[in-house]
Amino acid sequence: MPANFAPSAADYLRILPEIIMTVAGVLIMLLEGWLGENKKRNLSVQTFVAFAAALVSAVAANGNPGLSFSNMLIVDGFATFFRVLVIAVGILSLFSATQYLKREHAESSEYYALLLFSVTGQCIMATANELIMIFIGLEISSIATYVLAGYLRDDKRNNEAALKYFLLGSFATAFLLYGIAWIYGTTGSTNLSTIRIALLTPGSETNVILAGTAAALMFVGFAFKVSAAPFQIWAPDVYQGAPAPVTLFMSAGPKAAAFAVFLRVFMTAFGPITSRWEPFVWSSALLTMIIGNFAALMQTNIKRLLAYSSIANAGYVMVAIAADSQIGVAAAMFYLAAYAFMNIGAFAVVTHFSRQGEKFVNVEDLAGLGWKQPVTAALFSIFLLSLIGVPLTGGFFGKFYIFKAALDANLVWLTVLGLLNSAVAAYYYLRILVVMYMKEPGEATLSLQPVGVGIAATLWISAVGTLVLGIFPSVVLNFATASSALVK
Amino acid sequence: MTALIFLIFACIAVFCGISLVVQTHPIASALSLIGVMGSLAILYLQLGGEFIAMAQIIVYAGAIMVLFVFVIMLLNAGAETPTFQASTFVKYLGIVLLVAFLGLISFIIQAALPKTEGVVFGGFQGTAADVGRKLFTSYLLPFEVTSVLILIALVGAIVLARKEI
Amino acid sequence: MPNAVPLSWYLILSAILFGLGVAGFIFRRNIITVFMSIELMLNAVNLTFVTFSYQFKQVDGHIYSFFVMVVAAAEAAVGLAIILTVFKNRSTLMIDDVNSMKY
Repeated sequence: MPANFAPSAADYLRILPEIIMTVAGVLIMLLEGWLGENKKRNLSVQTFVAFAAALVSAVAANGNPGLSFSNMLIVDGFATFFRVLVIAVGILSLFSATQYLKREHAESSEYYALLLFSVTGQCIMATANELIMIFIGLEISSIATYVLAGYLRDDKRNNEAALKYFLLGSFATAFLLYGIAWIYGTTGSTNLSTIRIALLTPGSETNVILAGTAAALMFVGFAFKVSAAPFQIWAPDVYQGAPAPVTLFMSAGPKAAAFAVFLRVFMTAFGPITSRWEPFVWSSALLTMIIGNFAALMQTNIKRLLAYSSIANAGYVMVAIAADSQIGVAAAMFYLAAYAFMNIGAFAVVTHFSRQGEKFVNVEDLAGLGWKQPVTAALFSIFLLSLIGVPLTGGFFGKFYIFKAALDANLVWLTVLGLLNSAVAAYYYLRILVVMYMKEPGEATLSLQPVGVGIAATLWISAVGTLVLGIFPSVVLNFATASSALVK
Repeated sequence: MTALIFLIFACIAVFCGISLVVQTHPIASALSLIGVMGSLAILYLQLGGEFIAMAQIIVYAGAIMVLFVFVIMLLNAGAETPTFQASTFVKYLGIVLLVAFLGLISFIIQAALPKTEGVVFGGFQGTAADVGRKLFTSYLLPFEVTSVLILIALVGAIVLARKEI
Repeated sequence: MPNAVPLSWYLILSAILFGLGVAGFIFRRNIITVFMSIELMLNAVNLTFVTFSYQFKQVDGHIYSFFVMVVAAAEAAVGLAIILTVFKNRSTLMIDDVNSMKY
């Protein structure tokens, strides 16, 4: 029994971002009641202030690394990287959501509160050093996102998205939990470092078999959450049906956080039994890339197309995990950051273009956007080129580092097939560019209003992020490399 | 005595579990689930989890299942109409396959854990005091963080169910 | 009759219940029954936790299953609210009828 059960001030500093966002979420719901109806536009400003404060405290917490709360929590470079990333995703999705909610006449403090809580859950996932903390963080993030996906509850597509996300998400959680239960039974602990030590201790063969089973069950759970094949089935329907700014959020934030725990659990706790899980990750990575890219070729709905593209991108990150090395971890971190920016940018354009009730979500509707709104189209082109992996964009270096890590790990065939997949992917991204610049503007494009402040901010920040990662990749990569030594 | 109690309640749990899956009416499935939860509570008691056995009855069988039954009644959910009519042969084949699969799992577990100790009633007592002490020392952070989860559930249910957005 | 039950029997029981839950999730068509199958899976997980708790003679497993119950309660509240909105919009509880999105 630990004697020092009263947490110290340093402990509180390490979870300050989570505390700030939780308190802000509660205050915002109270403020709406106090201020009355006509003050609603301030809600997004207050949410932004909370996010900014959380961002600052997350960076500040990095100066004070270590374990907290009976080893439940770990603050290190890896945790800080993902905390900053998910908070940044929260800020960007806040900017585009404000305008969307006004357009749909559905602005309320609960949306902002749930967004804050969801990001809180992702921050907990990023810092968790215990399977039980990972589980609770994952549930906080997921349950908040289920509700956000069905936020416009009179819209049939929203309902359906929420229902599918919820049922399959809970199903995945049950698998994850069963895996946690078995790893607890095998090693007698749920602390990641303790599990690692227990698995390193030479013991009977049964322990390895049981731990391998547990790892497989947990892999199922995580694969659902990051939409990796063969558990990607929910993603297209959910991404298509959810409100555009929520899709923007959940394709970047929860995904990055799920990958963070995936990396931490499999590298730290299951590091000693790498040979058992590596083939699964290897084949899942390949399958994910193939399914994502080839299904995306056939899509006409742009949200669905980006959903499959998101699946394919999860496949690239899985390649980095399959490499099972420090370079692989750093590459995965870099790619997730680059992907967050380019994907958010693309979905922000969709949010802007779709109009009230999301009428215009087909690829063909974008015809002539390049002539009607050259700036928006140019920014959209940057995101698409980055998704293809053209040099000078973040996507290029992301893919480059991932495949370099895979080559270093002697995964030659996986690298070759991955590169072929990126070539296939270029086709459907280029098709959007062709429609945008080569076709005559249609009714959808001609009736388009100018870009509002919120979405413009999202677009510009994402574009700058994508280009900075593409031109000065070393800034982020050095930090990622320095903090990729997960095993302590 | 321990073995007899285990066998009785394990059989009830499996029987109710099968019943949950094969019943067509949701209310019958819900009652079967309550049966599973009740018999599991007895097994928890055998394993020395007195706190968790009570929580199982009060929280799970009590609160959560009442919510389920309430929603089933509210929506007036009727019996499920089967989307495809499986032939008798397919049905029996499915049952045989399921039994074979579960038997395989049982065999693997039995083989992987050859010499587990026997459970005797009173062999281990995890009292509510022990649980409480751990909960507020080692597991303080997860316990506090759970409050955020409950808050989200509350807000989420209100968002989805209120009159106007 | 021996008085002690091998610990593995409890684990086998939990594996059987988990398997039944998966089968229910896959084969049932009523949304509420599908959700109840997930609850059955969570119950199986709890039994595993409590069993291992006995093996190690420590209460940690009890605490984990306590957290699982809390999460199940939260999921039930949100999940049933989602099911209610789906029913309000479509007047159906059959999962096959909830498929408006096909490419």
